[in-house]
Amino acid sequence: MSTVAPHKKRKKAGRDPSGKKGDIDLSAYSGTAEKHGPIETLKQLPFDVKDKSLSVGIDAEERCRSGSFYQIDHSVLLSSAYAEGLEVMDINRAREKYKWLSHYWWHAVHADADQYTAQTDKAQHHGYFVRTQPGTKVDFPLQACLFIGKEGLAQNVHNIVIAEEGSELNIITGCAAAQAVHTGLHIGISEFYVKKNARITFTMIHNWSDQMVVRPRSAIIVKENGLFMSNFICMKPVKDLQMYPTAICAGENATVRFNTVILAKEGSTMDIGSRVFLRAENSRAEIISRALTRGGDIIARGHLIGEVPGVKAHLECRGLMLSDRGTIHAIPELEGRADNIDMSHEAAVGKIAEEEIHYLMARGLSSDEATAAIVRGFLDIEIKGLPPHLAKEVKKAVTMEEDLHLF
Amino acid sequence: MLDIQNLTVTVQGKRILKGVNMHVSSGETVALFGPNGSGKTSLLHTIMGFPGYTVETGTIQFKGEDITGMSIDKRAERGIGMAFQRPPAVRGVKLKDILRMCINRREDVDETAISRYVQKLNLDDFQDRDVNLGFSGGEIKRCELVQLLAQDPDFTMFDEPDSGVDLVSIHLVGTVINELLQRGNGPCKKIKSGLIISHAGHILEFVNADRAYVILNGRLHCSGNPRDILDNIKSKGYEGCITCLR
Ligand SMILES: Nc1ncnc2c1ncn2[C@@H]1O[C@H](COP(=O)(O)OP(=O)(O)OP(=O)(O)O)[C@@H](O)[C@H]1O
Ligand SMILES: [Mg+2]
Repeated sequence: MSTVAPHKKRKKAGRDPSGKKGDIDLSAYSGTAEKHGPIETLKQLPFDVKDKSLSVGIDAEERCRSGSFYQIDHSVLLSSAYAEGLEVMDINRAREKYKWLSHYWWHAVHADADQYTAQTDKAQHHGYFVRTQPGTKVDFPLQACLFIGKEGLAQNVHNIVIAEEGSELNIITGCAAAQAVHTGLHIGISEFYVKKNARITFTMIHNWSDQMVVRPRSAIIVKENGLFMSNFICMKPVKDLQMYPTAICAGENATVRFNTVILAKEGSTMDIGSRVFLRAENSRAEIISRALTRGGDIIARGHLIGEVPGVKAHLECRGLMLSDRGTIHAIPELEGRADNIDMSHEAAVGKIAEEEIHYLMARGLSSDEATAAIVRGFLDIEIKGLPPHLAKEVKKAVTMEEDLHLF
Repeated sequence: MLDIQNLTVTVQGKRILKGVNMHVSSGETVALFGPNGSGKTSLLHTIMGFPGYTVETGTIQFKGEDITGMSIDKRAERGIGMAFQRPPAVRGVKLKDILRMCINRREDVDETAISRYVQKLNLDDFQDRDVNLGFSGGEIKRCELVQLLAQDPDFTMFDEPDSGVDLVSIHLVGTVINELLQRGNGPCKKIKSGLIISHAGHILEFVNADRAYVILNGRLHCSGNPRDILDNIKSKGYEGCITCLR
């Protein structure tokens, strides 16, 4: 198995790779939480928790879902799977049950990558284990929620997702904090293993709160003919979100796609990128991001590394400024380490062109309507191959904010 | 319909229109000729109300109302529309979206009209494309017209609707302009008005203009029979045309 160490250039643990704002002081967050649950069904969740979960695609009624995982603070409340060949459980239980999991544990992500991985290695608070048996195709998405309900809490989860050979799996992960929670730290280690001929689509929606620090640390290994598709959406306030999920195309014809849609409001800092190592023949990658600022600071990264001949990859990074305040810094990187590789990128950052607004106004649209139409179009990335139930959640998450508060 | 008095306009401090007087009656279609850079597009943009075209003196009246300081969308609402010479591409906004938004403002037709309009202009395959993005020159012209069909203005300005249009499509363009300006041979009462900019006048072989103006260096010089004026320009040039008709 190949391995990947995110941020491997920064060998030393304990440094914040986002650098810019200095290290986050981990000791500022509480490491203990009272126990919750377990519950029989998600319907037992308190009303406000249910409500917030819904905003990140987690349906307490479990309509069109193949299973659920629900964690609040440091407690797993529920894990269930309704599809043949699909396993969903607390990662701690899974590690007891399956000794072989040690081969996957801290394999794609390295425990010493940075202070967040190190911290999670030291004090881990559950997380989910999801696995599809070989040849299993699960139509409906599995939903997993990581929820913070305690003010000032540090939640360090470690997830492992395995799609065995020839299986197909859709996951929607919602990350949220309770309405009353302002500060907190969420660290999420996620290791994905896409075996031969398997496919995973992973859709993640965040709805934290204005003082939350969020550090997802994800890595993905995709084998022969495998497909990994990630959709990340964060349209809600967060203090400081930094992530750089890294995928390796480790087998022939492996395909990786990252779609990202983010909105940074005043006071939010988002340093978000995706990286793909194209390490096997005929592997393909596509990174598409849409970054919108209404006063927040965004760094939109993307990094494609072509390591063998015959790979193909594209990176598209667009940023739109809706305010005079705020910044978008696009950093697209292409790295060729072999000949005969086809990698390209497109990056554009700017405000909406006045000329375009005026054009639409000449058709009778008001200035606000014209702006809304352009922003809606900007956010409407066509996500190829997303199952309809997920497409619905993505659309909802992306447009909700816009409809309610943008103008 | 439209009455312009002593209109002087600057763009970024540069005077582009110099004391323009123009009148277009209800039911009338006028042509506007003039060399490159003479101010034709600027005049249309000023009538449409684009910021950046600063009115220094003069007034624009539309249907008896002073619209000189009015915003673009308010003018569109009053019934002014235009086909752009070089419209911008609007990434993310689909042609269908614009047509729908225009239609939703009308009471006489519903969304079923969209397919009629796009079929009429052979733009079936363009509905789901971002408007003007990657469109060819001729496609852009047809795309402007389909939007105007959806908009249905009372006074429509066409900025070089015939440039870049092939010999077959120009027929179509002419037909649609006639429809927009109620220029068919039917007995219906003509109330729509138009202003058409053209260099070679090809479009006027399909659309009968009642009158033509010539603009030279920001000044309107004469108005008269479109064919006579065009012939004069062809034989004597713009300057010559003006001295002749004065
Ligand atoms: N935004 C601008 N900034 C500077 N100059 C401008 C601007 N807009 C128009 N002009 C100038 O105003 C003059 C008139 O331009 P306009 O586009 O109205 O000409 P036109 O008659 O439509 O020409 P054409 O036949 O080439 O389309 C030109 O000299 C042009 O360069
Ligand atoms: Mg012009």
